[in-house]
Amino acid sequence: MPEIINKKPISFSPSIADTDYEVRSLDTECINESHLRHKWYHNLKYAVVGILFGIAFTKAEVISWFRIQEMFRLQSFHMYGVIGTAIAIGMLSIALIKKFNVKTIYGEQIKFHNKKFNKGQVYGGLLFGFGWAMTGACPGPLFAQIGAGFGVVIVVLISAVGGTWTYGYFREKLPH
Amino acid sequence: MIEFIKQPWTWYAAGILIGLTVPALLILGNKHFGISANLRHVCAIILPRNISFFKYDWKKEVWNFFFVVGILIGSFLAAQYLTNSAPVQVAPALLAELKLYGITDHSSMLPHELFSFSSLFTLRGFIMLVVGGFLVGFGTRYAGGCTSGHAIMGISNLQVPSVIATISFMAGGFIMANLILPYILKL
Repeated sequence: MPEIINKKPISFSPSIADTDYEVRSLDTECINESHLRHKWYHNLKYAVVGILFGIAFTKAEVISWFRIQEMFRLQSFHMYGVIGTAIAIGMLSIALIKKFNVKTIYGEQIKFHNKKFNKGQVYGGLLFGFGWAMTGACPGPLFAQIGAGFGVVIVVLISAVGGTWTYGYFREKLPH
Repeated sequence: MIEFIKQPWTWYAAGILIGLTVPALLILGNKHFGISANLRHVCAIILPRNISFFKYDWKKEVWNFFFVVGILIGSFLAAQYLTNSAPVQVAPALLAELKLYGITDHSSMLPHELFSFSSLFTLRGFIMLVVGGFLVGFGTRYAGGCTSGHAIMGISNLQVPSVIATISFMAGGFIMANLILPYILKL
């Protein structure tokens, strides 16, 4: 991997700022990552969190196409309850982490990043909303639907990867 | 106990567990909850070409693949071992509407009339699955996150752009489900 990529993982053309908030390597301290490099099996703990998360998704029917249709037609409170409770618990947890300066299990400071507004959140958000109502899945449930045995959803997932790639290809021409 | 787990869970039980994912990932290793980023990592691995958006050190993000593999395993376990065979509960008004479009199967969480390989080769199935999936991938990356990254992680961290993104997700969903989807389902 070239040196420049290690230090500054992405340098877009100056006209377009970084708008992605899920990819940690874009905006974290990559210079002193060395002491946080672990053997691969350290990642298994994230798989355990994923297993619990996947069970919750499936058992609460978050992955149900019908539940998503009900949500967007205001026919059921269920999904609003799930998302609302998750946000409340997440908000409380982050407030406590900040207040008590909770560290990671490796003693590292927990970092948060502020997001900046750009028009992509509206345009992209609307397009994602269209797709969500059609497939009944946001990216998390997409994986859970496959795990729960709905094989055809693999096609949806491949198409979603294609959509992501297409966005990357046209990114600098799109309004942000 | 196991019988209790086998029933469909209430919204608050699931909401609490999903919400706890946020501090769990932060405390286990400073990871920010966000699932759609995995789609980007896949692009970065298999077809980065010369696109700057896909040229980064994806190896630092492998934790997220472990997380989604966990989701696959968890949903498999839930569907195989933690389920009862009762049909999925669906609002009567929705069932009545779907019947107009020939969708009557609610024995599982995805209706077979739409989510099957035979449906994939019809115009309706192609639009719903392939175009729908494309919009999920394109839209989440354009928005810089999905329901997990923006709606749950972002709003939990009191980020106004995440509130705007979430409102846009919901607006898009309402427009599609109520105004456009009836025409697609009629195909």
